[in-house]
Amino acid sequence: MTTASARPEIDPVHALPFPQAALPILRNPQLRKNVAHATDVIQAKRAKLVAEKTDWQQLRSAASAIRAHTLEHLGAYLEEFETRCTAAGGMVHWADDADDARRIILELLRQENATEVIKIKTMTSAEIQLNPALEAAGVSVFETDLAELILQLGDDESSHIVVPALHVNRSQVREIFARRMGLHNLTDDPQALTAAARTYLRRKFLAVPTAISGANFLIAETGSVVVVESEGNGRMCLTLPRTMITIAGIEKVIPRFQDLEVMLQVLARSATGERMNPYTSLWTGVTPGDGPERFHIVLLDNQRSSILSRPTERQTLKCIRCAACINTCPVYRQTGGHAYGSVYPGPIGAILTPQLMQMHHAQSLPYASSLCGACYEVCPVKINIPEVLIDLRAQVVDQEREQFGRIFDPMYLGMKIANFLFARAWRFHAAQRLGRIGLRLFTGKDGWIHSLPSLGAKWTQTRDLRGLPSQTFRDWWTARDQQSTREAK
Amino acid sequence: MHASLFITCYNDTLFPETGRAVVRLLERLGVALEFHPEQTCCGQMHANTGFRGEAFSQAKRFVRLYQDAENVVIPSSSCVAMIRDQYPGLFDELGNEALRKEFAALLPRVYELSEFLIDRLGVEDVGASFPHRVTYHASCHGLRALHLGDRPFRLLAKVRGLQQEALPNLDRCCGFGGTFSIKNAEVSSAMLAVKLQDVISTGAEYCTALDNSCLMHLGGAMHRQYAGMKTIHLAEILASTEASPDGGVA
Repeated sequence: MTTASARPEIDPVHALPFPQAALPILRNPQLRKNVAHATDVIQAKRAKLVAEKTDWQQLRSAASAIRAHTLEHLGAYLEEFETRCTAAGGMVHWADDADDARRIILELLRQENATEVIKIKTMTSAEIQLNPALEAAGVSVFETDLAELILQLGDDESSHIVVPALHVNRSQVREIFARRMGLHNLTDDPQALTAAARTYLRRKFLAVPTAISGANFLIAETGSVVVVESEGNGRMCLTLPRTMITIAGIEKVIPRFQDLEVMLQVLARSATGERMNPYTSLWTGVTPGDGPERFHIVLLDNQRSSILSRPTERQTLKCIRCAACINTCPVYRQTGGHAYGSVYPGPIGAILTPQLMQMHHAQSLPYASSLCGACYEVCPVKINIPEVLIDLRAQVVDQEREQFGRIFDPMYLGMKIANFLFARAWRFHAAQRLGRIGLRLFTGKDGWIHSLPSLGAKWTQTRDLRGLPSQTFRDWWTARDQQSTREAK
Repeated sequence: MHASLFITCYNDTLFPETGRAVVRLLERLGVALEFHPEQTCCGQMHANTGFRGEAFSQAKRFVRLYQDAENVVIPSSSCVAMIRDQYPGLFDELGNEALRKEFAALLPRVYELSEFLIDRLGVEDVGASFPHRVTYHASCHGLRALHLGDRPFRLLAKVRGLQQEALPNLDRCCGFGGTFSIKNAEVSSAMLAVKLQDVISTGAEYCTALDNSCLMHLGGAMHRQYAGMKTIHLAEILASTEASPDGGVA
């Protein structure tokens, strides 16, 4: 079977740089076809539903304004949320970082005497690497989202923030389910596969009294939590268990209940190409006789405050995790998510992950983009991803400037030399002439270069380069100028 | 009308025929062109690779060189996008008030070639003839940063003998991305392979664009693969006439 043989590394601390991590994937026809097909389908659905909204651009502006306003007053809205949620019987916990969040959640599970938990899909829990920590503490984790279940049973990792198993096709799903559920006659008919998952999960829904969720939005005005999903597994987790523990980044708050009018419209259309997602659950603290008896929410900072303090990068926190940028990205389309070595792949991952890592890891991600701008064009909250990418690249280069031996890096050296040459036209002109002479050695009889050394080999591995013309434009212009002056005389 | 030509560093070095075509085209349309000999680069390569200080020094040079120009014409959308989208941030961070004022005064007079023809000169029919099948590749910067829209198609529609072939997935990047094509050469090549399939599927003889950077990428792969197709900057098509079919620039 062609499912990943080794578990993909999505911890930025240990992951390979993007160009290296992408290599085996580029050679994997099954995975590339799965990713291209899935993103094409979602994109087409999104395009159709966005086109039917005549006020789409106004909706985008409104959504962007709500998110920007929230970030401007984040502290006040978080306090308001805490007050309302607590008043409604919820328990609010604050976590500085991933360690803190894991510790809080483990302590809560200990109080519950929990040995098993059921989970609604949450990227934030993946960000803090919660599942391995729970398993190590002897708590069995059961993912209830179909895609997360596929990954959990297949010993695989998420490659997309909305459709985590987008890189797996249904014959691969059949193989995983057949093997792990012992269903050897299972077919790859989608109905048969979902029926198998349903039977498997139903036992857990009925038996496990503790659930963990993420949050799409937190409403300051009411202290409510909002989760949107497509399968009803979230609704089950919110109805049956005795205790619900929610983990959410502090940026997930929105000011008012009415803001959902805008946010839910842009989220569903951008994320899955639907007018409205099938299940939207809202809950406020605890309600006797309805839903969980105990509700805890862990509000996670994990570098978000520091992102908030940087004027250009701050917009990263406007993200509502719709993945429209991922689906449209021509880089992601080739590599899928695992190449990013991060829970958050694609354009949003390329700006978010290095910042969550305080620029100590994942420095190759800001460069994993051709800066084509497709992400910015579709972003429902108008995050100018290319602008942030360029800013993060500048931070990476500024780190390199401090490093001893940087001068031996051909890219660094090339950039410094180019800057010196561009500062004076005569230097540039001299370099053009020297370059022409130097490249003559590599230029074939047909006037084209087929192979170059050093960094140039990166170009010529798949493309030829036309040899340098014998006359630059500058030379031509000067010669023409002199000729017309002579003729005038 | 006067215009100063900012040819750009890579057109000057690698694609002088594009510059010659711009000169021929604009002079035919009655524009008095000048070429500032001190020009080098807009700073895009440095800015996009993260070398902000270096990019700033090129940006400052650009503003100083062209502050007295009546119009600046640039046959490269990505360089125009650099000036419009990135100079303001560089000047806010590293520049002074005088520089910001000079730049604000200059910016409305900076044009990409198709903008200059259609918006400034008000011409769509430039009197060109190019009896070939041509597909237009929309570079990302022209498409999303400059919003060139249908300008290139309107110019091509008026070229005698030219048959336009629509390119599927027009809005998808070719994978060049400047130093991206080096730093992520393999991913860039994978994107190129997909784009090239679309370009070749049009059955056109030529693929044209308003950026020689994309064309260098596509053309390099066409040459490597004996694809039987060529790239040509839009300026060279517009410079071609019945009397000089090669645009007089060969």
